[in-house]
Amino acid sequence: MREQILAIIEKNSRVDINELAVILGIPELDVANEIKKMEEEGIICGYHTLIDWEKTSIEKVSALIEVRVTPQRGQGFDSIAERIYKYPEVHAVYLISGGYDLLVSLEGKTLKEVSTFVTDKLSTLESVLSTATHFVLKKYKDHGTILDKKTEDERMKVTP
Amino acid sequence: MRDPLAKQVVDLKPSGIRKFFDIVSEMKDAISLGVGEPDFDTPWHIRDEGIYSLEKGRTFYTSNAGLKELKQEICNYLDKRIGVHYDFNKEVLVTVGGSEGIDVGLRALINPGEGEEVLIPQPSYVSYEPCAILAGAKPVIIELKQENEFRLTAEELEAAITDKTKVLILPFPNNPTGAIMEREDLEAIAPVIEKHDLIVISDEIYSELTYKGNHVSIAAIPEMQKRTILINGFSKGFAMTGWRLGYACAPKEIIEQMTKIHQFAIMCAPTTSQYAAVEALRNGDEDVKEMREAYNQRRRFLMHAFKQMGLECFEPYGAFYVFPCIKEFGMTSEEFATKLLEQEKVAIVPGTAFGDCGEGFLRISYAYSLENLKEAIGRLERFIVRLREQ
Repeated sequence: MREQILAIIEKNSRVDINELAVILGIPELDVANEIKKMEEEGIICGYHTLIDWEKTSIEKVSALIEVRVTPQRGQGFDSIAERIYKYPEVHAVYLISGGYDLLVSLEGKTLKEVSTFVTDKLSTLESVLSTATHFVLKKYKDHGTILDKKTEDERMKVTP
Repeated sequence: MRDPLAKQVVDLKPSGIRKFFDIVSEMKDAISLGVGEPDFDTPWHIRDEGIYSLEKGRTFYTSNAGLKELKQEICNYLDKRIGVHYDFNKEVLVTVGGSEGIDVGLRALINPGEGEEVLIPQPSYVSYEPCAILAGAKPVIIELKQENEFRLTAEELEAAITDKTKVLILPFPNNPTGAIMEREDLEAIAPVIEKHDLIVISDEIYSELTYKGNHVSIAAIPEMQKRTILINGFSKGFAMTGWRLGYACAPKEIIEQMTKIHQFAIMCAPTTSQYAAVEALRNGDEDVKEMREAYNQRRRFLMHAFKQMGLECFEPYGAFYVFPCIKEFGMTSEEFATKLLEQEKVAIVPGTAFGDCGEGFLRISYAYSLENLKEAIGRLERFIVRLREQ
């Protein structure tokens, strides 16, 4: 049941419990309980909205920053990751295999704001060895959703 | 000038669905629940394999019966999914959609003009009857009943058989009713088939789309494989309608003759599609599972909605159709569908498009997103409430 619920709400967190119950053929109460349990267990961590900011008048700049760091004894990368993710402008921090250690996703109002963050805050952290900042020019697909696609039903309207 | 046309063809009734299509296509803002094909695009990895085959220049004919790899994969698949074993070399023919298999199968079995009878349970897909006629057979309709959930019973079958009966078409999971035949249903008709020495053309194109256990093929019932032409394909399960690819499996004596017709009429099924289909069978299970789950959710949604609005409908466990009964409104299916289209701009195919016994029913396709279904069902409900008030 969990897998089915998660598969649906991952794509549509606004689906109501009653509808979930109907389409999964599971009693409403069971669905509600299961969701509550998954929230408590930290499996469901939040309900977000996917916004294409490009289409609004609000200015946003996002960047992906590769960060190389020195891991700390006894703590590995966790404490430096924590230092970084505490900044509210940081959207995501991933530990990465390969040529660098942390991938930081960042959102700011302007280019300047983002670069100031990198030069003033990120690079100056003691265990940060180097950074490489990549500004996002266009988002084509995000969270599994193609942002600019017009979906039109191209099938013939009636077929046997 | 003499009449250039064949009487047999001129006399074929045009498909009832065609008429409805013409009305609907005039209406720009109509929502349709009338489509008989998946709303999903073909999974990307399958399309990619088609593209790759073109890039590699695989643009030639394949052998008549189809690519060897594909035939092997088909046999593996049937082994795994329905537990029936076929020899890829002698018992498989890759066809242009399931439709070609039906046509070629009938033509391989029927002696034209000798009055041989083909049993066609209805409501069912629109092409069985014309294909039987074109093959020179006499189609005999078996009217399936809602009280049997539109399954074929042994009694119904027995009652339709004469000493001229040769072929039974078995269209399950069924378009338009969504009915399935479970193992015990098939076991019940098998002795009748055997007793009267019938050949079965089992159209299992919707076999991947069942919602109550796995599909059971008549070929998996003891003694039935040797008298069965199993028809299947990629259109519905793998969402590959436009690729036009299907297959027929049968004893080698039958496949040999079918291959002959196919060879002279078609040459071979499209090469690009065949390469894509190999990929579909090798790596497509997850996609099919996902699509099946999505259909099932919509099916539950519709059954629930019908219950809420008090619309009579047996619970179908196959394909992507529901077949609600509208007899309470005292209208023909066509009147109902036409009024619904005019007043609420929702296109639903009248049950009569699939045989006279579809009168009093509608075929609603759920090959649409839930959002789409919600909107359309909302309109249908409004329409029904108005009818009941009158």
